Amino acid sequence: MQTSKPARLILENGAEFSGTAFGYIHDTVGEVVFTTNMTGYQETLTDPSFCGQIVVMTYPLIGNYGVNFEDMEADAPALSAFVVREMCDYPSNFRTEMDLDGFLRQNKIVGLQGIDTRALTRMIRESGCMRGIITTKELSEGAVKKKLDSLDNSDVISRVSCKKSYKIKGEGTKIAFIDMGCKAGILRDLKSRGCEITVFPYNAKPKEILKSKPDLVFISNGPGDPKDVPETVETVKELIGKAPLCGICMGHQIIGMALGCSTEKLKFGHHGGNHPVKNLETGRVYISSQNHNYILSDYPEGVEELYVNVNDGTCEGIKHKELPIRSVQFHPEASPGPLDTGFIFDDFLTLVKGGGENA
Amino acid sequence: MPKDSSIKKVLVIGSGPIVIGQAAEFDYSGTQACRAIKEEGIDVVLVNSNPATIMTDKDTADQTYIEPLTAEYLEKVIAKERPDSLIAGMGGQTGLNIACELYDKGILDKYGVKVIGTSIESIKEGEDRDSFKRLMARTNQPMIQGEIVNTVEDACGFAEKIGYPVIVRPAYTLGGTGGGIAENRHELEEIATQGIHLSRVGQILIERCIRGWKEIEFEVIRDGAGNCITVCSMENVDPVGVHTGDSIVVAPAQTLADKEYQMLRKAAIDIINSIEIKGGCNVQFALNPNSFEYAVIEINPRVSRSSALASKATGYPIAKIGAKIALGYNLDEIKNAVTGKTYACFEPALDYCVVKIPKWPFDKFFGAKRQLGTKMMATGEVMAIGNSFESALLKGIRSLEIKQFTLMREFSEHHNMAGLKHRVVVPDDERMFDLAEMIRRDYRMEKICEITGMDPWFVKKISNIVRMEEELKDYTLDTLTPEVLRKYKKIGFADEGIAQIIGCTGDQVREKREELGIRPVYKMVDTCAGEFEAVSPYYYSTYDEENEAVPSGRRKVMVLGSGPIRIGQGIEFDYCSVHSIQALKKMGIETIIINNNPETVSTDFDTSDRLYFEPLTEEDVYSIIELEKPEGVILQFGGQTAIKLANFLDRMNVPILGTKPKYIDEAEDREKFDAVLEKLHIKRPKGRGVWTLEEGIREAEELGYPLLVRPSYVLGGQGMEITHNEKELVQYLEDAFKKDQDNPVLIDRYLGGRELEVDAICDGADVFIPGIMEHLERAGIHSGDSVSIYPPQNVPEDIKEKIMDVTRRIAVEMKVIGMINIQFIEFRGELYIIEVNPRSSRTVPYITKVTGVPVIDLATRVMLGESLKSMGYGSGISPEASMVAVKVPVFSTEKLPMVEVSLGPEMRSTGEVLGVGRTFEEAIYKGFVAAATTIPREGSTILATIRDLDKPNFLPLAKRFDAMGCRFIATGGTAEFLKENGIKVRTAKKIGEGVPNVLDVIRSGVCDLIIDVPKKGNDKGSDGFKIRRCASECSITLMTSLDTVGALVSVMEQKLTPADTEVISVKEIK
Repeated sequence: MQTSKPARLILENGAEFSGTAFGYIHDTVGEVVFTTNMTGYQETLTDPSFCGQIVVMTYPLIGNYGVNFEDMEADAPALSAFVVREMCDYPSNFRTEMDLDGFLRQNKIVGLQGIDTRALTRMIRESGCMRGIITTKELSEGAVKKKLDSLDNSDVISRVSCKKSYKIKGEGTKIAFIDMGCKAGILRDLKSRGCEITVFPYNAKPKEILKSKPDLVFISNGPGDPKDVPETVETVKELIGKAPLCGICMGHQIIGMALGCSTEKLKFGHHGGNHPVKNLETGRVYISSQNHNYILSDYPEGVEELYVNVNDGTCEGIKHKELPIRSVQFHPEASPGPLDTGFIFDDFLTLVKGGGENA
Repeated sequence: MPKDSSIKKVLVIGSGPIVIGQAAEFDYSGTQACRAIKEEGIDVVLVNSNPATIMTDKDTADQTYIEPLTAEYLEKVIAKERPDSLIAGMGGQTGLNIACELYDKGILDKYGVKVIGTSIESIKEGEDRDSFKRLMARTNQPMIQGEIVNTVEDACGFAEKIGYPVIVRPAYTLGGTGGGIAENRHELEEIATQGIHLSRVGQILIERCIRGWKEIEFEVIRDGAGNCITVCSMENVDPVGVHTGDSIVVAPAQTLADKEYQMLRKAAIDIINSIEIKGGCNVQFALNPNSFEYAVIEINPRVSRSSALASKATGYPIAKIGAKIALGYNLDEIKNAVTGKTYACFEPALDYCVVKIPKWPFDKFFGAKRQLGTKMMATGEVMAIGNSFESALLKGIRSLEIKQFTLMREFSEHHNMAGLKHRVVVPDDERMFDLAEMIRRDYRMEKICEITGMDPWFVKKISNIVRMEEELKDYTLDTLTPEVLRKYKKIGFADEGIAQIIGCTGDQVREKREELGIRPVYKMVDTCAGEFEAVSPYYYSTYDEENEAVPSGRRKVMVLGSGPIRIGQGIEFDYCSVHSIQALKKMGIETIIINNNPETVSTDFDTSDRLYFEPLTEEDVYSIIELEKPEGVILQFGGQTAIKLANFLDRMNVPILGTKPKYIDEAEDREKFDAVLEKLHIKRPKGRGVWTLEEGIREAEELGYPLLVRPSYVLGGQGMEITHNEKELVQYLEDAFKKDQDNPVLIDRYLGGRELEVDAICDGADVFIPGIMEHLERAGIHSGDSVSIYPPQNVPEDIKEKIMDVTRRIAVEMKVIGMINIQFIEFRGELYIIEVNPRSSRTVPYITKVTGVPVIDLATRVMLGESLKSMGYGSGISPEASMVAVKVPVFSTEKLPMVEVSLGPEMRSTGEVLGVGRTFEEAIYKGFVAAATTIPREGSTILATIRDLDKPNFLPLAKRFDAMGCRFIATGGTAEFLKENGIKVRTAKKIGEGVPNVLDVIRSGVCDLIIDVPKKGNDKGSDGFKIRRCASECSITLMTSLDTVGALVSVMEQKLTPADTEVISVKEIK
């Protein structure tokens, strides 16, 4: 098969960006988002939260250190396409096992390079997230519209969540882990703290979860809109008061909704490794890794904001005043991104022993 | 925490004169810090001995003292101004060292001055090698196996334990001065001896050599609450072994996976947390390319060259934020001025690649040892921004002004493969070109990586450029298709580079490109990779699709900067550019600056209305002019870099403000200039240009020796010499014609008179001179290396009147609009002209500060059509000050192996200091102190070697030294001469006479002063050269002109001490 071919990214506002396709060359559709991480493209590529999205890297030189099999956030990438300004075909790092082009090809993901990624980023910033298609063909306006309209991301969580529950051995805290499309990094951080983890699919029933007698229920990150998984929200609602709850990203949104918060969609989301979040109790600010398009708002009685984003004041974490419930919007597991908020996992674990300060 | 309201008056210490290892970056950060403090309504007291800086302007601080940076003088300023706080980290290593000294001596306590920002304890913990090592052990940070020693024996002992090669690093020195890699015991003895001597505390570190590891730096900021961010990561293209200051550096780091990146980032943050930095800090790591093993190399708890680079590379103003933190603010309370929306508590995201390339002085110092190692040798640097590594690298290379537009270098082409291989293994400043040449000759890339230790990623990028260069050879201007041309422009090739390869002119490529509509667009440096809308108009070019630099409809003027700091073209020109911008802003005109030097104030994002961080070549400048269409371009303040573009811009019908290129040419073209002088009946030393050796000898016979010889187009006296006889002349001419046959050599009669200099402003009718400067050393020594005195001490009124008259006539005749600099010789009561520069000169900042005349402001307004009369000035000389201000040059020759040290017609100084006093002696005393010149006292030892010609002139000086109880050591002839004249002297053996000889005497440290008046400079084989090098490397004060020695004797006779002199602020100079 061809290893490169002229291709275009066409956005729903009609804008076109011409470049060269690489990886597994085929036409695709997705929601176009950008991420500002300068390193960690491999973690981004394999982060299930990008399911259904066309991901644009704002840093122009991507693929410099290739791909290895240690830094995977999932077995395979879930995103729809990967857009870079310049793809490196000569990676250099002692752990490199594949180059970016080959990795995408093997995983049936199309790449697009050679476009003005900054212009595209600025367009997304101004117009908000848009649907887009990548194509190597000449398409009529009608065909483009048809292709764009074919995008349905309402089932992305079911696509990346595990299909059956499974166990990860450990000696410590027993965690029931609801997998909304989790990054391997989160499990890694829990494992390193000795937790015994039972991983459940997103649609597991409360009874099933409680049967595992968890010390703590953890709801993971995942792609898309939390409103698309009312069943998980219902499940979590039932768990309130029956087990300590914590969550990250999508998990945070689901916990919030279960407690009665609303959600809002951000214009173009937070995607990057440089977002400052402030702990409202201590005043300390941490640089965090983020990847979300939705946020929580309108907190009911009993729920308070614990972390806010310093840039735009959006919610970055909540806690319950009486119950052992905490969640954060950002990614303490990093991968990719700064390791500054790794203590969040320890915070979560304190909820268990009734050790949460307000538990 | 909000601002600490107990802070009312802050003392800021600058970094002193520009030397290698401590350059203009501290003007940039110091100025930014002063402004950041001032805008909070807090008084700033600034002390810096360097008059060439923006920082020492009377308006940067509330009280500015251009005084020596010694504890004594600092105490005097503290006693006078009574600041309540001191910020230590803004003046480089010099500022930090003095802050520590003030603290150690209890001076800060005595006057109740508290240290704000990073504390002295933290600074010491980071700086002192021993305590730093303990700290690293405590925080579990790995270090390179090493040991601190105080003696050469211990150094060798430890080296034998860990095995050679070892690295030697002295404690508390600039730019790694005195360090090096020793391959064996012999080398270690030499380097260790020097290192121990140069270290302020007599300590050196001996450590395991980890050549070939990656060198990675992080710039980190921490506030008082413990919030920490990293501003930027940087990766050296040259692996460990080459000093960071001499490395090509890329930002952000390119070859690290997220795991390695975050590992080092976390380590950096852990370190600065553990020593509780409050402000900026730089952390350097070495990373094993084959594992996760890393080691902390060092930290700098202050702003630095790297922090300046990181600031410019990201748009994040580190010094400003550091200053705000010192005032008590936390990172989340400080706005990000670039976006205007977000806060300082975030990490910049880059969506481009930045390459920094050092600017070395080897084009000026022929014969210098160019080998790069752990001692820094670069005088300056250029930075380039592109959206690929290739484009940033190519931009950087053409910014260096070494006539390179591609990676093809003639010098490299002349070497065979073995030669090239040797050259890339032992790197020098041309490694990039040698490496490219090897790739061009199909040498294996993998092997290049192996022998150089460079990461394959970088080598591959270089090979991409080489491959494209080779492919381009198949094209001609006619066969170059739009697609191909666009591809080359996109990857970063210059028109001139393409032209050189396909065999046409740069103009032709440009014309074709414009015809095809292939033009650059400009992208913004916004700290956030486009995520937020930014307000700072800071741009770089790419050949992409969207242009973000939309020109305004306002009245606008462009000012061209002066590029990298080099010998002969220093920070003074940045001072001029910045002041011109300020003047234009005051007139309500939009200002646009183009420059490529990350160390400068002119490239700060809020200096001009629009900043283009681009090379200063014809193509790059013209593209911006085409986009912005300014009403005029100002070249006069950008030194030779900008002036060089005059003819091209004129040809392109770009309006040049001020003196027209035709007249600029007139000053630089010898024959045209002679015609002007002839017409005006103005004298100049007789001479003319010669094209052949024979012509030269004939001319010499007519003129009579000694003769001043030089190439026709010169900067900073490059290649200029005084020849005393035919033999010397022949040698000079042979060399000169070998180097360049297309230009004549100028031969002038040498007049050993008093040198005088003026900077003047001319509006076409009137000419105003702010002040006349007198040089201490007689003609023949480059004006940039002379001690310069204002007001003149020995110039009669009639000569001053003549100077005024001649300056006026020349300026008017040459239709100067703006600045003109003229150098004169007063010889036996007559005034001769030796040089005219129709542009701003390096003395402008100095004369501005000591006369109070806003020179650049006036010149800028004149260029825009105002008259001197309408601004309240007419023709004439500004009334002379009653105080005396003396500018003393400062050299960095100890850092440049095999470079001549003696003063001569070729400029060698890197910086300058100012001494201000009520008398000449007081002023020059301060100047000497500020320049770290040892002033001998009773009982001091002076080593003298004087050429025969000058022995009689030396005798009266020797008698005065003798009368003050100084002891002499001298070799052969000089010793004999002194003895004959009744002066006690100890004879030292000449170098060839066995040991211990004169060099051993110098190395033993018994000499306080060395006076060596050479027969002829630059003769590497001579004893004199070795003596001077040895003096320089041992940091012993060396004087090579008896005029300077004369001033020194006068100062000694006054028996001045700091206590006898007062500190005078710039506002008080009158």
